[in-house]
Amino acid sequence: MSDATANAGVQRPVAYRGGGFAPSPRRWVGFVVFAVLVVLAEWGTRSGWISPLTLPKPSDVLDTFGDLYKSGLLFQHLVPSLSRLFMGALIGISLGVVIGILIGLFSYVRAGMVPVVAAIFPIPKIALLPLFVIWFGIGEGSKYALIAFGTFTPTVVATYGAVDNVDRTLIRMGQSFGLSWWSIVRKIVLPGAMPGILSGLRISLAIAIILLVAAEMLGAEFGIGAYILEAGSLYDLERLFAGVVILSVLGVFVSVAVGLVERRLLGWRT
Amino acid sequence: MDIQMKSVSHFYGSTEVLRDISIDIPTGKVVCLVGPSGCGKSTLLRFIGGLERPTQGEVLQLGEPPEGSLNPLTYVFQDFALLPWRSVRGNISLVLEDHGIRGEKANRIIQDVLARTKLSDFENALPKQLSGGMKQRVAIARALAVKPAVMLMDEPLSALDAQTRELLMDDLVALWTRQPFTAVYVTHNLAEAVRLGHKVVVLSRRPGRVREVVEIDTPLTERTTGDPELEKVQNKLWNLMRDEARAADEELVNV
Repeated sequence: MSDATANAGVQRPVAYRGGGFAPSPRRWVGFVVFAVLVVLAEWGTRSGWISPLTLPKPSDVLDTFGDLYKSGLLFQHLVPSLSRLFMGALIGISLGVVIGILIGLFSYVRAGMVPVVAAIFPIPKIALLPLFVIWFGIGEGSKYALIAFGTFTPTVVATYGAVDNVDRTLIRMGQSFGLSWWSIVRKIVLPGAMPGILSGLRISLAIAIILLVAAEMLGAEFGIGAYILEAGSLYDLERLFAGVVILSVLGVFVSVAVGLVERRLLGWRT
Repeated sequence: MDIQMKSVSHFYGSTEVLRDISIDIPTGKVVCLVGPSGCGKSTLLRFIGGLERPTQGEVLQLGEPPEGSLNPLTYVFQDFALLPWRSVRGNISLVLEDHGIRGEKANRIIQDVLARTKLSDFENALPKQLSGGMKQRVAIARALAVKPAVMLMDEPLSALDAQTRELLMDDLVALWTRQPFTAVYVTHNLAEAVRLGHKVVVLSRRPGRVREVVEIDTPLTERTTGDPELEKVQNKLWNLMRDEARAADEELVNV
């Protein structure tokens, strides 16, 4: 530099301004945040800073949960709920994936079905519960239908979006090698759409858990949803929270399960 | 099996992209198509491969494809088009499965093409683990597996860096020398064209017409980088293309 002499003596490291914007896993943080919240609630309720009407004591909730487990009622509630969740989600998601793929592949199905799905999507499914009771009876049928209906629409939307996003050059490649239409769908479109379908699955299953409570509003003696609703109507906050915690844990399990499936099926992703 | 294009013209809507193109592709020769970007080289290749239909004119297949050819007209794509969820082996077996070739018979073919493209050690690797050059070799292996009568190569080396390109050109020459294949090779890289082409067809800018056909007689194995004869041909090609390329480049601004 020409004016190097003028700058002699001024020496400092170049200021660092890179980095960031790259989330990396921090496993323990989630647990810490969770523990802090629980401890805060416990401390607040014990010291009287939070009134017992506002929030039940976490330790009481835990006791309620312990009683529930010891009396054997936990599984009496959990088993029917899980079977409703499983059947409803199975029906809704498999129908949703099939319709989603058909929308992705056929222009006429797309033109016909996309507006229908758009019309169904924003309907609060809970509002239709009485209708489902008339259609499918007060028993398990209406509960399956409600959950299936709720999971169907997000699955359809995620699936046809995923099919649209399959790399067209891969499809052209399949055609250029003379692969049959069915082979292209099975070996190129379906695996190519799998990442999108699975992330749709996460949303659908969360919705299924939400709808479980709604499904058990009518004509359910046992079930987590029924348990929560009963506790709610009695303002029994400990039991209400115990039920809510079960649903949360269920949600975490489902999310972990989907994560495992993703790792198994999508190991090829970079 | 020869390929003959007879006065092919093509329109996209009202835009004329190709005008009256006639090219012969003789068996066992590599025909390079060069031209400025947007001149319709790749479209021409899609006509030959039957992935698109020309507005006018026809593409003829002269004679029968050789015995045992599973997919006479076979593509090699610029971006490799490998299924990322299948291993190297799986990507090759994909194109055999539909012909009912499985098990031991498929295995023999796969081992053979992997050996010819020097990929035998990478049979079970996923595409994400491979470099660009290796991916393109897998794509070439896949193309060889169906015993093509004509290879349709759409800028196969354009997505690769210069060194990999050189290496793969050597590989292609070696492959051809071992077993001459017919190929239509689309490129915008004149060095590739003079290195690999027995015949170089220069297309003009849009609407693409055949500007000139240059035959190169030097055998492929004797072509080296810096060969004065080839340099001369390359210069000639560049002189033919320069104005076209510039005009095409400026044209894009108005599109």
